[in-house]
Amino acid sequence: MRSSSKLIGLIATLLVPALVSAQSYPSAADPRNNLKPGRFDAGTAASNMRLVSFTPKPAQFDSSRGLAFINSDLAFGGHYVYQGNFAGFTVWNVSNPAHPVVESVVECITSQGDPSIIGHLLFVSAEGGGNRSDCAKGGVQDPKDHMTGVRIYDVSNPKAPKLIKNVQTCKGSHTHTVIPSPTDPNIVYIYVSGQQAARPDSELAGCKNGTDPADPTNSLYQLDIIKVPLNHPEKAAVIPGARIFTGLEGSPDCVTFCAPPDPRREARRAAAAQAGAPAGATARATDPLHTGPRNCHDVTAYPAYHLLAAACSSHAIMVDVSNPEKPVRISAITDTNNFQGRHTAGFSNDARKTLWTDEWGGGTGPMCQAGSIMELGGNTIVTASPDNKKLTQRAYFKLPSAQTEQENCVSHNGGLIPVPGRDLYVQGWYQGGVDVMDFTDADHPTEIAYFDRGPIDPPSDTSKASERSRYTIGGSWGAYYWNGYIYSSELDRGFDVLELTPGPQLSANEIAAAKLVTLKEYNPQSQPKLTWPAAFPVVRSYLDQLVRNDGLTSDKTSAVGQALDAAEKQSGAARAASLHKLGAQVEGYAKGAKDSARVKAMATEIHRLAAASK
Amino acid sequence: MTTRHISGALALAVTLLGGPALALAQSDTAAMSGMDHMNMGHEIVIPKGALYTKADVEFMQGMIAHHSQAIVMSRMAESHGANPQVLKLSNKIDQSQVPEIRIMQAWLRRNNQFAPDTSSWHHMMMSGMLTTAQLEELNAAKGIDFDRAYLRLMIQHHVGALKMVDDLFNVSLAGQEVDVNVFANDVVTAQTTEIGIMQKLLNQLPTK
Repeated sequence: MRSSSKLIGLIATLLVPALVSAQSYPSAADPRNNLKPGRFDAGTAASNMRLVSFTPKPAQFDSSRGLAFINSDLAFGGHYVYQGNFAGFTVWNVSNPAHPVVESVVECITSQGDPSIIGHLLFVSAEGGGNRSDCAKGGVQDPKDHMTGVRIYDVSNPKAPKLIKNVQTCKGSHTHTVIPSPTDPNIVYIYVSGQQAARPDSELAGCKNGTDPADPTNSLYQLDIIKVPLNHPEKAAVIPGARIFTGLEGSPDCVTFCAPPDPRREARRAAAAQAGAPAGATARATDPLHTGPRNCHDVTAYPAYHLLAAACSSHAIMVDVSNPEKPVRISAITDTNNFQGRHTAGFSNDARKTLWTDEWGGGTGPMCQAGSIMELGGNTIVTASPDNKKLTQRAYFKLPSAQTEQENCVSHNGGLIPVPGRDLYVQGWYQGGVDVMDFTDADHPTEIAYFDRGPIDPPSDTSKASERSRYTIGGSWGAYYWNGYIYSSELDRGFDVLELTPGPQLSANEIAAAKLVTLKEYNPQSQPKLTWPAAFPVVRSYLDQLVRNDGLTSDKTSAVGQALDAAEKQSGAARAASLHKLGAQVEGYAKGAKDSARVKAMATEIHRLAAASK
Repeated sequence: MTTRHISGALALAVTLLGGPALALAQSDTAAMSGMDHMNMGHEIVIPKGALYTKADVEFMQGMIAHHSQAIVMSRMAESHGANPQVLKLSNKIDQSQVPEIRIMQAWLRRNNQFAPDTSSWHHMMMSGMLTTAQLEELNAAKGIDFDRAYLRLMIQHHVGALKMVDDLFNVSLAGQEVDVNVFANDVVTAQTTEIGIMQKLLNQLPTK
């Protein structure tokens, strides 16, 4: 009796809900709620976006569940989209985005298969334990056959890609990033992010695990680099890696939710500082393990600014890559709430802002449920000082729609949508769908468009033994805007093409302006600088934004709109004259306008259009 | 209260606590409870041509028990007066490891291997797991004493998980099946970072 009453008491105390900061989603009205489950017949919901085409996976990659045949990342070049898969890759011809056509399917066990394209060379990340040099199935029987690093294919014939080299690296390649040489157009550098421990020396000579980040012979605490001569890709080789982690400690100082400081400890710290002891020296001496970052999950380069945003577990690291053979860490920060891990980064087009994703649960967990922690598994926005030496974390963004327990969901890969005047990021959230975040205002990122399907699996029917084993991992690995369309790699289902549609938060002019930006090649982790031609949709994008945010009074926005319509009907010198006059008038509006910076940007665009009209 | 009572109470608590997130594991508790002990001596048969080894199966089975105990420890935080930071961390560990158990169970079932349930921590002692005495110590602690005990013991628990992954990859041919490979690497990434956080939180607590 006595023990059972104690037992009940203990259960009662443990039953108290433990959620600290559950997100309250706008669940009642969200059309993404209660979508019908199904692999190919799931219900869909969309906002400011429509599905142009869906094409199932090629049969070669559709033979089993689990992660063995999931699709991974995308690269874009010419008429083709290269879709990685844990067991090879697919080359899609997207000349007609409404009907993508498979040019070829390359079967080669290569998890996780993230691709990049440079001319006719396709680079593919290989990390998994079962990847073999000869691409064959059956696993690695002899460690000498193990291939982890970057595979290089010649895809000049898209119907018959040829493997030309396996470049082996010590930690393998979970992802990689292409950085062109700033001086030699024939050279590219591949920055390799490996998630594994270093391989044994017996498997790959020269590899060494170790615990000292400063030890230059230790293969663990470095970012691996491959140098590729484009005219002789067979000569691609590993060069000394970048030791950008040295001196970073594993855990941040507590900023929020902290225990009260201990005056005695603070006094000891102050005394140590006065005695000239290096900061953190005492903490390190007592740490049983070095827990600072030793790998990045992804690094995103912005070659136009010689910057690299490296997402490295506990740290977001800003790196100067002016000399890609000798990258230098500029700054590094951890998350203010102490708990986010860094997965992928993206820059705003002006490089003043970055966004960082947190792949809480590794992408396989349902981390967007109504009770899931708000600050985890989403994006965070960081701003940089002009010299990038000071980084400031500004806000979190999590998919504002509660997903089900059947849907693996966390923020994942994406890229900018080229709307002038705004910072828009489209990304995949696995089974949370494709989402567009506006992070123009670093403190208030918001959702402006989405496409979502119901879960692949129905809710578990626990009465049936067969149902219990279902837990299909799927959804959008990455979603990217490229030349007018959004392409999304669906892990389990296949390949989606989407298109933006106008609505209150995204105008037809903004969509038209985005379509003016075309990229022959696009590797999202090597971010291109977006530039717009002088064009009416670009000017009207700013005008629409000023109407939307009430940044200029309505009488003035109406007048500008009418003047633009009139100028468009003119041509040559007459149009140029009208536009210059309008430009000068708009400059005058800037003073006193609520969003004067945007008014000025519009004036600049009007003058640019005038100059182009002669 | 005896040791036996404590672990019994915790086992029942974790079963009852299963909200939506634990539904799958919970249903298996019902379905499998009779088989539990029978299967502990269960012989692992690896089909010909499989890309996984006995070590992979044992790793996944063992990590279910390991995770289950971490969830039990974490769910004590609120009632034991943890500080907000420790409470948040414990909530993160809880929300992270519940779906990971489901992933491991799904993998084992897909491969026709025995999938332990969330009560398995009672009879499977994996690296770093708390002894009954340590669990009792944790359960008896309140407030800052709980924070201190939780962080110290969870660091021990996480270090054990890292060792389990290390041991797995040290077995010839093990750890290369893609789901196991990805999962094991995710464990290292997540738990290494969490150890760093816990060390810092521990350092921030006032010294006794």
